[in-house]
Amino acid sequence: MKKTICMIPLYVWTLVFILVPLAIVIYYAFISDPHGDASFSLDGFRDFFSNPVFAEVLLRSLKIAFISTLVCILLGYPAAYFLARSKSRFKFVVIILMLLPMWINFLIRTYSWLSLLEKTGLISTLLTYMGFGPVDFTGTEFAVILVSVYDFLPFMIMPIYITLLKLDQSHLDAAADLGANPAKVFFKITLPFSVPGILSGVAMVFVPSVTTFAISQTVGNGKFPLIGDLIQEQYMVVSNWQFGGAISIVTMAVVLLLMYFINRTDSDENGGGILQ
Amino acid sequence: MKKFFKSSYLVLIILFLYAPILVTAVYSFNSAKSRGVWEGFTFDWYKELLERDDIIEALSVTIVCALIAALVATIIGSMAAYGIGSKQKKGNSFILSLAYIPMLNADIVTGISLMLLFTIAGLELSFMTMVLSHITFCIPYVILSVLPKVRQLDWSLYDAARDLGCTPTRSFWKVIFPELLPGILTGFLLALTMSLDDFIISNFTTGSGANNLSTLIYTAKMGLKPEFRALSTVIFGIIFIILIIVNVVALKKQKNNKRGNEI
Amino acid sequence: MKKLKGILFFSLALMMMIALLPGCGSGEKVVVYNWGDYIDPDVIDMFEEETGIEVVYEMYETNEAMYTKLKNSNNNYDVIIPSDYMIERLIKEGELEEINFKNVPNFEANIDKEYKNPAFDPENKYSVPYTWGTLGILYNTKKVKETPDSWGVFWNSKYKGRIIMMNSQRDAIGMALKYMGKSLNETDRGALDAAKNKLIEMTPLASGWYVDEVKDKMIGGEADLALVYAGDAVYCISQNKDLAYAIPKEGTNIFYDSMCIPKGAKNKENAEKFIDFMCRPDIQAKNAEYIGYSSPSTPARELMGDAGKDPTAYPDITKYDLEFFSALDDGTKEYYNKIWTEIRSSR
Repeated sequence: MKKTICMIPLYVWTLVFILVPLAIVIYYAFISDPHGDASFSLDGFRDFFSNPVFAEVLLRSLKIAFISTLVCILLGYPAAYFLARSKSRFKFVVIILMLLPMWINFLIRTYSWLSLLEKTGLISTLLTYMGFGPVDFTGTEFAVILVSVYDFLPFMIMPIYITLLKLDQSHLDAAADLGANPAKVFFKITLPFSVPGILSGVAMVFVPSVTTFAISQTVGNGKFPLIGDLIQEQYMVVSNWQFGGAISIVTMAVVLLLMYFINRTDSDENGGGILQ
Repeated sequence: MKKFFKSSYLVLIILFLYAPILVTAVYSFNSAKSRGVWEGFTFDWYKELLERDDIIEALSVTIVCALIAALVATIIGSMAAYGIGSKQKKGNSFILSLAYIPMLNADIVTGISLMLLFTIAGLELSFMTMVLSHITFCIPYVILSVLPKVRQLDWSLYDAARDLGCTPTRSFWKVIFPELLPGILTGFLLALTMSLDDFIISNFTTGSGANNLSTLIYTAKMGLKPEFRALSTVIFGIIFIILIIVNVVALKKQKNNKRGNEI
Repeated sequence: MKKLKGILFFSLALMMMIALLPGCGSGEKVVVYNWGDYIDPDVIDMFEEETGIEVVYEMYETNEAMYTKLKNSNNNYDVIIPSDYMIERLIKEGELEEINFKNVPNFEANIDKEYKNPAFDPENKYSVPYTWGTLGILYNTKKVKETPDSWGVFWNSKYKGRIIMMNSQRDAIGMALKYMGKSLNETDRGALDAAKNKLIEMTPLASGWYVDEVKDKMIGGEADLALVYAGDAVYCISQNKDLAYAIPKEGTNIFYDSMCIPKGAKNKENAEKFIDFMCRPDIQAKNAEYIGYSSPSTPARELMGDAGKDPTAYPDITKYDLEFFSALDDGTKEYYNKIWTEIRSSR
């Protein structure tokens, strides 16, 4: 009974601030000329599927988001693990240190990378001193992925860290006593135990990074329009809400589907992600 | 050796997270307005920053908005995660996926659709509508942080507390809540982060002169302006000092507690 | 635990109180909705001091974002500063209030004749010019030896990877159209397709597509050629003496950003006071010096000294073939959107 009451605020909030706006987006995606005769039309979707260029942009965005997420897991997991297993009294300091950069504005953070990656930037200057000539890292997929990882890494570390906190040392010891080597202990006990955290992390990194737009604009030199840029432009520049709505609905559907499959692989049914 | 490896890994990660911020801090003393060239040392941008009352005002709007949004989102999100996680029902996972929509959607779509919602509701865009929007997109981050902890809950402890005569409420606060606390705190911190970072949704849902820092930076392309390099450094400095104070206090408390326990 | 709840409750109450504070002032006000970074903040303070009217200031990033919020929110704005083609569209849709020019004497006295009665507002009933400018080529004289007097320079493979294109629909397409000897407001589908192919052909040569980031890139020497507005060129040249600005012989765009009052503005008289204030020579001069865009007022330019004679900001407009962007009909607009999205999605 009480647990149902807990859900009520979310139900109300979701209805008012999520479902109604979603209905509005869908309405505009299917209606041509909302200020005029407002007739039903599938033009937005037809435009999207009639030109392969758009599917290409979507695929590119998914690819970049996927690689960024993977790198976040590979970089973030050890950090979360070491932190969770550490007994140092500086543990809390390190955690806050990792979150702190995120409190400086996203745009400032992203622009800051330019000072490092540009041809006249710090890295290139250092390389020039070492005799490797000036290198411009901006305008490459590498730069976009690097900065995505930078912007989203703490969102991977934190959920994994909090799940690993509960990991019981005695279980690990028992497994080791029974003759499991460290690798086996990790893959048989630690990793499965942290799956809910990883899934939360994936949801917080992969999902928003598909539709992010400012990163490709800045360090990507605007040369890699991603699906987020495309949607952004439909509203901010060309004011074509129908096409914008259609692109975002297609993107949402694709991401939901992907998340569904990711969560399906978690057979223990203790996932914390979307649509388990 | 192992310990050394662990520590140096963490140090590397932190270096990665701080590299661009440190570079920005260095460039905030560059007398050239633009990024590319170094022309000499100056404090001018800090002086200019002090004269920009619009930036100072935006900073306070940003902080108040983030605190309110993160707090409300944490309450709603934690309650929901508790409800969802402790009961496996089909409907729950459906409502959960709905709650994630602001995360799935491009920010601009969320922003414009919320603006239209407020218009239909007859509300004028203002600080309040911005806070409501921020709560909306913060909730999924809280749920995602708390849910794994709910799934790990050991209900036998709760039952034990009940058997020992605790009321359900007391058992909850004594047994369940402390277990969830790390997740709730993380959720709060991530929600705070999201709110501080957002600019597109804010841009379309704020009005009546309530500018937050991000909209100011975004519309004015201020990420490119020297004053903002100074601002970034100042924000960083303030947070850093607060962090040190909090830690010194916490360490002192710990020591005192230990002494108290010994006696 | 009780203590914790108490703290939570207290902080919540406190924050709600702080949140309500800004809504308290109830004196005279004027709500100004302008481009980001497009006014000297001191000018706002001076207006507030002189008139006692509080300025509620908001910003937008593009004409279209402004239009979206103006049309779809319940908020009232008193002064907006859109560009020419957007003003034309707003007039057509009946979204603008006629300005009572009796309350704006400085318009008559200080704004030059050339900038009155523009094509988008032929009887000059709705708008007062704020700034104007041209679209042109910013180039690094150390790297580009000949003066780039033709748009064709953007297709010169000699400069591969050294060119910055403007990430702006009308400007980029318009530039390509001008290069091919067409009008900026071309509606012929064949000509538009040709412009699209021209720009797709140019894409591999461009090092990036920017709007405002172009400034730092050009000052820092990251690129040698860029399509820019004159106002941005003025700023860049002031920061890097190697840079220069050229208007190509094929002709280009001239734009106005003008102050207008939206229909149903709640503080129309205050809006007129604000517009009048912005037309005062000393204010025009101060503001133009801050933002770098050109002032439409000779008395103001006289106050600005050398900056008022800068050929980048104040070219002899009779010498060039200059054209306004005009509002496009719906079908053409859709076609522009289509080709633009294709251009930007190609690599």
